[in-house]
Amino acid sequence: METSFLLPQTDAPESAEFWTGTAAGELRVQHCADCGAARMPPRPMCPACHSRTANWKAMSGRGRIWSFVVPHPPLLPAWAEVAPYNVVVVELEEDAKLRFVGNLVAAADAPLNSLDPATLAIEAAVQVAFPEPIDGVVLPRWVPIGAGRP
Amino acid sequence: MAQGLRDQTSIVGIGQTEFGKGLPDTELSLACQAISEALDDAGVAPSAVDGLALFSMEDGREVEVARNLGLGEITFFGQVGYGGGAGCGVIGQAAMAVATGQCSTVVAWRARKRASAASRPWAQVARRIEGAQAWSRPFGLLRPVDEIAMLTRRYMHEYGATRDHLANVALAFRGHANRNPRAMMYRKQLKREDYMKARWISEPLCLFDNCLETDGALAVVITSAERARDLRQTPVLIHAVSQGIPPQHQVMTNFFCDDPLRGPAWTASRKLWEGADLKPQDIDVAQIYDAFSPLVPLSLEGYGFCARGEGAAFTEDGALAWPNGRLPTNTAGGGMSEAYVHGFNLILEGVRQMRGTSTAQVTDASSCLVTSGEGVPTSALLLRR
Repeated sequence: METSFLLPQTDAPESAEFWTGTAAGELRVQHCADCGAARMPPRPMCPACHSRTANWKAMSGRGRIWSFVVPHPPLLPAWAEVAPYNVVVVELEEDAKLRFVGNLVAAADAPLNSLDPATLAIEAAVQVAFPEPIDGVVLPRWVPIGAGRP
Repeated sequence: MAQGLRDQTSIVGIGQTEFGKGLPDTELSLACQAISEALDDAGVAPSAVDGLALFSMEDGREVEVARNLGLGEITFFGQVGYGGGAGCGVIGQAAMAVATGQCSTVVAWRARKRASAASRPWAQVARRIEGAQAWSRPFGLLRPVDEIAMLTRRYMHEYGATRDHLANVALAFRGHANRNPRAMMYRKQLKREDYMKARWISEPLCLFDNCLETDGALAVVITSAERARDLRQTPVLIHAVSQGIPPQHQVMTNFFCDDPLRGPAWTASRKLWEGADLKPQDIDVAQIYDAFSPLVPLSLEGYGFCARGEGAAFTEDGALAWPNGRLPTNTAGGGMSEAYVHGFNLILEGVRQMRGTSTAQVTDASSCLVTSGEGVPTSALLLRR
């Protein structure tokens, strides 16, 4: 069942470093090597200065929920099995303009439906977590922090 | 300063197939049927058509359409991308081509078979997700409804919009469809309690926040305003038209820019009103792209009918409902209750309002805004008579 989830291409030149990072337990973001501007999603050129040289920096992985949805069927089979589950957009603590689509789960390797959707809230604090790879890809997950949680 | 496109061209013919699920004909055949009807409606001979404007997603390509309809020499053909965002832009391509003399008479159309589950684009999956979708689909944000629901939840959080506001949209459009014999929802009533009890598709959006899935085709004929005066139908002037992609936009998953709730409508709106002698308060009737109900309040804000954050409240007190609302909107039922053909049916309803032939006719309507998809690179059109 695991392998029927959709996986991203991880060897595209502009984004391979992101997936190398998640496999190493880091949430890395592309920064322009010349002007320092961060950009997400990754791309070949800095929109601020047109530099094509970038560095990747590991971020804190702490953030807040910017928004979330709870999908219900009809869905692709692998997701229909775990529906209703949540999908969140997280904005990072360092820079709220750096946002990631992901899933809020009880623990790194917990299923997508491991939290009651009724407990989700915009602005809630979250921390990135890195589960076991699926077909060699580590998809970053998010877990709640604060408010009585470790 | 030049006049721009102001009133230089007209829509002089409209045609459409029936709307349905599982229609036997191909998209190419449906396209040709709609175009043939539009040419008959206009009283224009196929040999007089020298321009073609279409969606880049269109399956019945220019040469096949020309061969089937027996068109003459074509000297302009152009496509616009991004699915539901394209419709008014296709009209704009046609208007520009006629106004600049690249051709004299254009047919523009959209044909689509979307009603079968196998045709759902989101269900057609590659083994590995490439490009922009690699940052959303692997996390289970699979369908357009999931992507728009994400913006909707944030919109509700920031501005206090509620499900009652979204229901205002769905119920107004359904009421209009109940007057339109061609609408897929002609005989299906919808009450507020039905909306509130409906199954979720992607919370906070329920079944009735979604557009229909439809097979069908629609077409229009465009020529110069001068030539239009000699044709059989009341000419409908293309007063202004615009397209829009805002900075750092990402198609459908527009979560990564500085201000995700300020969508492409805002860019298209600025250019539209710049090219017009009208203001939002002059508009008698609107056709607003409604693949999902929240796109309507977002578009009301973008096109200047109210301030930022007030689009949901704008829908109160029956504002969108014919005949007494302050801005009757989607008067044939729209994508949510007439048919979902990438919004091309909104253009035809705009034409009917200007001709005075809508099934929810706004009395003495002389101006109509038509918009295309919000959340994707978009376009908009001002019609008048």
